[in-house]
Amino acid sequence: MREILEANAIVYSEADPNWYMEYTDIRIGTPSIVEGPGMIAATTPYQCRLRDMTYFAPIYVDIAYKRGNELVIRNELEIGRMPIMLKSKGCVLHSKTPWELTKLRECPNDHGGYFIVKGVERVVLMAEQLANNRILIDEDSKGVISCQVTSSTHERKSRTNVIEKNGKFYVKHNSFVDDIPVVVMFRAMGVQNDLRIHQMIGTEENIQVAFVGSMVECHKLHVFTQEQALRFLAAKMKSRVFGPQKVEDPLDKAWEAVLSSVINHIPAQPPEYNMRLRAHYLGLMVRRIIQAKYDRGFIDDRDYYGNKRVELPGSMISLLFEDLLKRVNSELKTIADKQIPMMRVTQFDIVKFMKPSTITTGLINAISTGNWIIRRFNMHTIGVTQVLSRLNYISCLGMMTRVNSHFEKSRKVSGPRSLQPSQFGMLCPSDTPEGEACGLVKNMALLAHITINSSADLTDFFISLGVQDVRLLCGAEFSHSHIYHVFHNGVIKGVIEDHRRFIEEVRQFRRKGFLSPYLSVYPNHIHRCVYIVTDGGRFCRPFIIVENERPRVTSEHLEDLNSHILNFQDFLDIGLVEFLDVNEENDALIAVYEKDITDKTTHLEIAPFTILSACAGIIPFPHHNQSPRNTYQCAMGKQAMGVIGYNQHMRIDTLQYNMVFPQRPLVSTKAIKLINFDRMPAGQNVCLAVMSYSGYDIEDAIVLNKNSMERGFGECRVVTSQKCQLRRYPNMACDRILGPLVDASTRKPIFDHQCLDYDGIVMPGETVVKGQVLINRHIPAGTASLDPGQPIEYKEMPLRYQGTVPAQIDRVMVSVNADGETLFKVVMSQTRKPEIGDKFSSRHGQKGVVGLIVGQEDMPFDDQGVVPDIIMNPHGFPSRMTVGKMIEILAGKAAALSGEVQDATAFENKSEGEPVTCSEMGELLQRNGFHFQGKDILTCGVNGQPMQAYIYRGTCYYQRLKHMVQDKMHARARGPRAVLTRQPTEGRSRDGGLRLGEMERDCLIGHGAAMLLRERLMFSSDATEVDICNVCGLIGFLKWCQRCKSSQAMCTVKMPYAFKLLCQELCAMNIAPRLKLESVLSDDNEGIRSTDLPWKMS
Amino acid sequence: MVKMEPREAEVTIGSHQQSNIRLSEAYGEGSQAYSLADFRRKLRMSVVKCTDEDLEFDIIGVDPAIANAIRRILIAEVPTMAADRITLINNTSFIHDKDLTNRIGLVPIRVDSRLFENRNPEQPASSQDTVVFELHIRCTKNLQAAQDSTLPKDIYSNSSVYSGHLTWVPLEGQEMLFAKNPPKPIHDDILIAKLRPGQEIDMKIEYLKGIGKTHAKFSPVATASYRLLPVIEILEDVCGEAARRLKNSFSKGVVEIEKRNGVDVAKIVNPRMDTCSRNVLMHDDLAEKVRLGRKLDHFIFSVESVGMLPSDILVKESIKVMLGKCKSFLDQIERVRGKRKNANGHH
Repeated sequence: MREILEANAIVYSEADPNWYMEYTDIRIGTPSIVEGPGMIAATTPYQCRLRDMTYFAPIYVDIAYKRGNELVIRNELEIGRMPIMLKSKGCVLHSKTPWELTKLRECPNDHGGYFIVKGVERVVLMAEQLANNRILIDEDSKGVISCQVTSSTHERKSRTNVIEKNGKFYVKHNSFVDDIPVVVMFRAMGVQNDLRIHQMIGTEENIQVAFVGSMVECHKLHVFTQEQALRFLAAKMKSRVFGPQKVEDPLDKAWEAVLSSVINHIPAQPPEYNMRLRAHYLGLMVRRIIQAKYDRGFIDDRDYYGNKRVELPGSMISLLFEDLLKRVNSELKTIADKQIPMMRVTQFDIVKFMKPSTITTGLINAISTGNWIIRRFNMHTIGVTQVLSRLNYISCLGMMTRVNSHFEKSRKVSGPRSLQPSQFGMLCPSDTPEGEACGLVKNMALLAHITINSSADLTDFFISLGVQDVRLLCGAEFSHSHIYHVFHNGVIKGVIEDHRRFIEEVRQFRRKGFLSPYLSVYPNHIHRCVYIVTDGGRFCRPFIIVENERPRVTSEHLEDLNSHILNFQDFLDIGLVEFLDVNEENDALIAVYEKDITDKTTHLEIAPFTILSACAGIIPFPHHNQSPRNTYQCAMGKQAMGVIGYNQHMRIDTLQYNMVFPQRPLVSTKAIKLINFDRMPAGQNVCLAVMSYSGYDIEDAIVLNKNSMERGFGECRVVTSQKCQLRRYPNMACDRILGPLVDASTRKPIFDHQCLDYDGIVMPGETVVKGQVLINRHIPAGTASLDPGQPIEYKEMPLRYQGTVPAQIDRVMVSVNADGETLFKVVMSQTRKPEIGDKFSSRHGQKGVVGLIVGQEDMPFDDQGVVPDIIMNPHGFPSRMTVGKMIEILAGKAAALSGEVQDATAFENKSEGEPVTCSEMGELLQRNGFHFQGKDILTCGVNGQPMQAYIYRGTCYYQRLKHMVQDKMHARARGPRAVLTRQPTEGRSRDGGLRLGEMERDCLIGHGAAMLLRERLMFSSDATEVDICNVCGLIGFLKWCQRCKSSQAMCTVKMPYAFKLLCQELCAMNIAPRLKLESVLSDDNEGIRSTDLPWKMS
Repeated sequence: MVKMEPREAEVTIGSHQQSNIRLSEAYGEGSQAYSLADFRRKLRMSVVKCTDEDLEFDIIGVDPAIANAIRRILIAEVPTMAADRITLINNTSFIHDKDLTNRIGLVPIRVDSRLFENRNPEQPASSQDTVVFELHIRCTKNLQAAQDSTLPKDIYSNSSVYSGHLTWVPLEGQEMLFAKNPPKPIHDDILIAKLRPGQEIDMKIEYLKGIGKTHAKFSPVATASYRLLPVIEILEDVCGEAARRLKNSFSKGVVEIEKRNGVDVAKIVNPRMDTCSRNVLMHDDLAEKVRLGRKLDHFIFSVESVGMLPSDILVKESIKVMLGKCKSFLDQIERVRGKRKNANGHH
């Protein structure tokens, strides 16, 4: 922030050259809210959520400015308010202990990372995009190779392309109308010598030959000097349409354009603005194209993750803030320009004109709508933020780790959607949605880290390690095969002779902690380059360093870690582990297991299961499942009901699903412990039998034990809330609440007001049904200004219960919101037992609805009388191949018998080489008197006879999903209709009809059921009677044709209202649809002969 | 179908499935027309173990339908008293009203349901059909707590609500009736809720008569089930290491090893103890040497009472319920027969 402020520190005025205003410092205060004029109170996230306020902190600046002739210094001036990300440094929750968090009414397991804007929790999603400031060689569908560089600096973003046309090279750029021959560009950058140009591109014969054409072209154009080149460019400049046309020397303009927008990330330092380095870079671009023609290895892969950068909320907000600050500055400048010339009594004081609302509303609007508008880059992105899904802990966590891609969702492209090898360990291979966003929305792996920008200048450091500045060299050296270019964040820093030594030295410096741990250094032998990268948004992950065939982390280190003597940061600091990014991974030999270490190994994986995301980490034995099943579970885990936070009973969300008795899984994984899922579970362990029972378990339906259900299995609570405010109006009137209306005869409150207390607010504990009043609010009838003394008229505008199913009132919150209005929030809840049609799923993408609920006495039982909670049909297994589930059942049974939670972490086996731990589980079962393979002898509960088949039985973790019949069931006989078409409305929420669609219609046509069709499509829908004039064929009214001015030939016809509407709409656009009526009885054509009609058709 | 000897009224336990699972299959079709005398002759019962909570007894020589009927009635149809109507006066605990009442409902109390009648839902509570309990508890800070104690149970009083906190409120005449054996929760240590200072639970609970079919809370048994008597036969002597393997494949106490001519030989001691895990079939060599089965008409019944009534009384009650059912069935048959007769008479 300070950097942004420094870049935009001074505001000048054109009216008074002496006047200026300068920001000298900036800082962020503690989060607070404004309760009224001058009343500022510290706040907590919990309070903001409840009171629909924004969790933000004031931005204070120190300024120095001129008032008249004196220099004034003002400190602690608020220029706006910044929404604070929870658990960030500015947040009150930062580095608090669990106990302190509980005191602040936060869940200690909540991970923060979101904003609270107007009471809504919103996440700024990470967006992935191509890296800037890199040379990208691309091949289009015709095989034409081009080179693209997107340069991005604080001030400007630009894109420079080098393309090949007819064997000649051109620069394609936004500032110029035409493609510019590349040699002209070289000359414009000050490299006038042909030899130099050749040396910059390369002195190998094939490269020289390929470049001759371009050289010749430039000669033909008679461009030999820099001045000539600039003149050439000036002629091709795009004229600016907007803004004041300043009179400028065209040569200067061209120079300016080249300097500021062609490959502008390569610096050209003042005062002389030497662009030699830039020309060198351009030379490299051309060289790469020529090389790519001979060697396809030069063509870059756009989907490769080393070429991708992720934009984090911090950088997104800093972009926005800078833009808003610039806007504030320009506003201040306009004010100063206008105000200073005016003669006034008091001196012009800029502080009086500074208003903090521009920055505050700008930031709040961006976060609350997700529309990111950056004016200076002409950037307009929508959907940047999303409401944090609080369905359960996993959905919340999954949202934080989500990475969005900017590709268009509707396009059918496979490249960006498919799994990239370079994604390994950074993004989860399983966790992606199905359907249109498949592969475009991804989730970060458990150990993946995204770097933040570190802007340290390392030039001197490089030079001390032997890097030579290219500007000091003549150019011929570049083509030597042992000379490597050194790049730092896309900028050429020089060349190095012994790249191996150089890389090793940089790495040692990094491990010792002299450089940022997220710095990445790697060679590219094809490019003959060494890249050093410190920019933000790269994926990286930690590895254990291996030295002399031994990992640096020893068992002593691990003991220290377990006893909390050391933590991960210490491991990093003492050089036991280090972060490698996607590119540097390619320069390392990484062993997955310790036994795989050879003499060439450089690193060791920390744990293989960390390639999965938080959502996929929940799955037990995922390495035994068919891959799409894991993907399905990743989507379904987010819909499971469970615990959303330890503070869930104090939160007021519009909709909240809670499990009444959540359990932690008996078959757990390491990832579950890492992400605290065992503390915030979403599911229950059930006793599962895999067998068929009745016919109600086909197509994945499950049979539920009624007695387990009555003892609390699958019970959930749906907590909803409704709110209303008491407004104050400009005419001084305000809303009010009245007590319940009492029926005159019975002296009891009327039905609608039955649940109201004397104050007109519902009583906690009452049961409300649809339409009953929760808060008996009355609002003023008119908005006109009132005569004093005249009573205000009020009309009823109560808050009514909207749910279809009755609910209990849990509590009512009365508070004041940010606008000073009284705010009511009514919390209601329903406790729901599972019923037929509710959806359940295990952790293996095996979802099913309840098909039948059966009493305990009807359930099959074993020798000990144990009865399953759920019966699942075995047909769910063969085609889905979820072997992981079978192992989970076995492991769950063993866990239940031994009383120990069994481990089911991905890719981890207790005995190495052994495919699974099944035999161990089997032995456990055998010791407890069960069959080795988990198949038990059951007796049928209905007829009491033993079952022929042995039944595979064990415990399994089941999730109850949020889809419940109660929220979906719908039927209608008669009901509301749409106003325009008079057809039944659509959708359950509007009590709509069930559509007889096109395909159903086709079916009826196929049967020839004409009258049924007529009934469904007309009489049951929008039949109307219309008067038709048989003379003109148009619609009349009340047996009168307005067009013919007669009622002679009027007929009444039944037709769908939609058709009538169509006729009238056609009329409105000057097309007359005329209806020709004939009697159904063929020989009775009285008065209606087609020849009589005025518009006889040919 | 081959007619089998009665001795072979056994299920055969194979490595992949059981066969011979029906009694009719074992005896051969149609051979057994039902006769009361036969039933009387064959039926034998013996009680193995009998405490208030556990009852193990054998029924031999009946059809599975009869054994199963007893089991089903025990689970679902023997009436008991359970919390059914709760008047919540105050609940400021973290537990939601619904969950609290659900938990209370599942707490069993010791009241003899035979002394009560079913309550008509429209009628108010009377001493003939209702037992009333009260739960009034409030959590406070424990001022006497030691300075360094941090556990909730030390620094607060009443931080946990247990079933023992339920107190009986006798209705008219009930004091006399239950003077010797006042109604109380069977277990005093069932955790109902946790409280913190200032929180309070105050409720009145009415216990009514009901059956397990309507709700699991009325079910008098933790479980009631039976198993068939295992039959294990060693067809060929198993010696040495194989004998030890054989011993480990069965439950403890089923197979013992005895020395015969200096060689370890396996011997079946008590097949009743076996859990029928059939793990012996995993060993190919042993699988051929043993025959596994279960007696089809020998039911080893086990009834675990929740505690409202002793297990043996429950079984008697269940048989009463069954008799009642039989009687009402016979009555119905009679009625239908009578009607038909009348109808015929009219014709």
